Amino acid sequence: MVQRAAVSNPRPLDGFVAGLKAGFTSVFQLVLFGTFVSIGSLAHDLGFSAPWVVLSTLLIWAAPAQVIMITALGAGAAPLEVAIAVSLSAMRLLPMVVSLLPIIRSERTRPSGLILAAHFTAVSMWIEALRLAPTRPRPERVAFANGIGASFTATSVLATILGHFLAAVLPKALVAALLFLTPMSFMTSVTRNSRMLSDRLAFVAGLVLGPLLVFYKVGLDLLWTGLLGGTAAYLFYRLRKGMR
Amino acid sequence: MTLRELAPYFILIFAGFLPHEAWRWLGIVLSRGLDETSEVIVWVRAVAIAILAGVVAKIVVFSPGALAGVPLWVRLSAAAAGMLAFFLARQSVLVGVAAGTGCLVLAELILGR
Repeated sequence: MVQRAAVSNPRPLDGFVAGLKAGFTSVFQLVLFGTFVSIGSLAHDLGFSAPWVVLSTLLIWAAPAQVIMITALGAGAAPLEVAIAVSLSAMRLLPMVVSLLPIIRSERTRPSGLILAAHFTAVSMWIEALRLAPTRPRPERVAFANGIGASFTATSVLATILGHFLAAVLPKALVAALLFLTPMSFMTSVTRNSRMLSDRLAFVAGLVLGPLLVFYKVGLDLLWTGLLGGTAAYLFYRLRKGMR
Repeated sequence: MTLRELAPYFILIFAGFLPHEAWRWLGIVLSRGLDETSEVIVWVRAVAIAILAGVVAKIVVFSPGALAGVPLWVRLSAAAAGMLAFFLARQSVLVGVAAGTGCLVLAELILGR
């Protein structure tokens, strides 16, 4: 159950430490470790330096966008083309941030805390924060979410460095397999966390619509996938709720 | 550092960080005034999950990077096996991820790549 918030005595540090703990014991630690080893290794193979790819992990903090950026730049794509591809893949972050912040924010939240929480928002942190933040007193929630984000980022930076240095010895088959951690962990964790009918329908709709729209070469495929799939799922859920 | 050495960092900021982070900043702006119980949040979360599922399906079907070298049927079967294991293990993310990724590695070893 949601604990009653201690309004008079907010303890952001407690929240942050609790977030670190939740983050370091999350199953996403393993997923992120493997994923970012493969990203570090990919960057090494395409000629990017270790500081550069570490900075990309810190600044971009989203595996799919980093894979797109590194492979596109490595293949000699124009920066503008890369910027567009990266931005299209980042569109999913908008609804994620919009649905997370109202749950963790309180009247006393400082803008810097919110900007940091928005930056840390990626599938891993979003899933864990949505699941666990409501168990914390409200004034601690932003710090809690940032604790999760900080623990995830720390592991990912270490893994990126490790992947870059191990690139020469890592078998190619393993690097490919590690890239599979991203879709596999997204699929399972979203399924586990989808309790509402609208969430589950949206997931199935997205799985079907995503590749279909790419196949038929519809522009802005992910935007349409989200708007059409998500809205249809939501309307169906409303209809069902209305009938009862 | 010379300009030549700095060029990749400029590209990282302007072609990577800014076009990516802009969506997060826009999210902060748009979330203003929404409260936890608002119905809009349910819809926005459905949109987020649909996009996420689209991202997943795209990575599996139209794979980027080294994953593109793995045959499509192997990727699809591995994803299905992972989901099956996930449900059999009473929705354990760890089991699902390990089984799916394990199947992919196994298939690659058998196919001798």
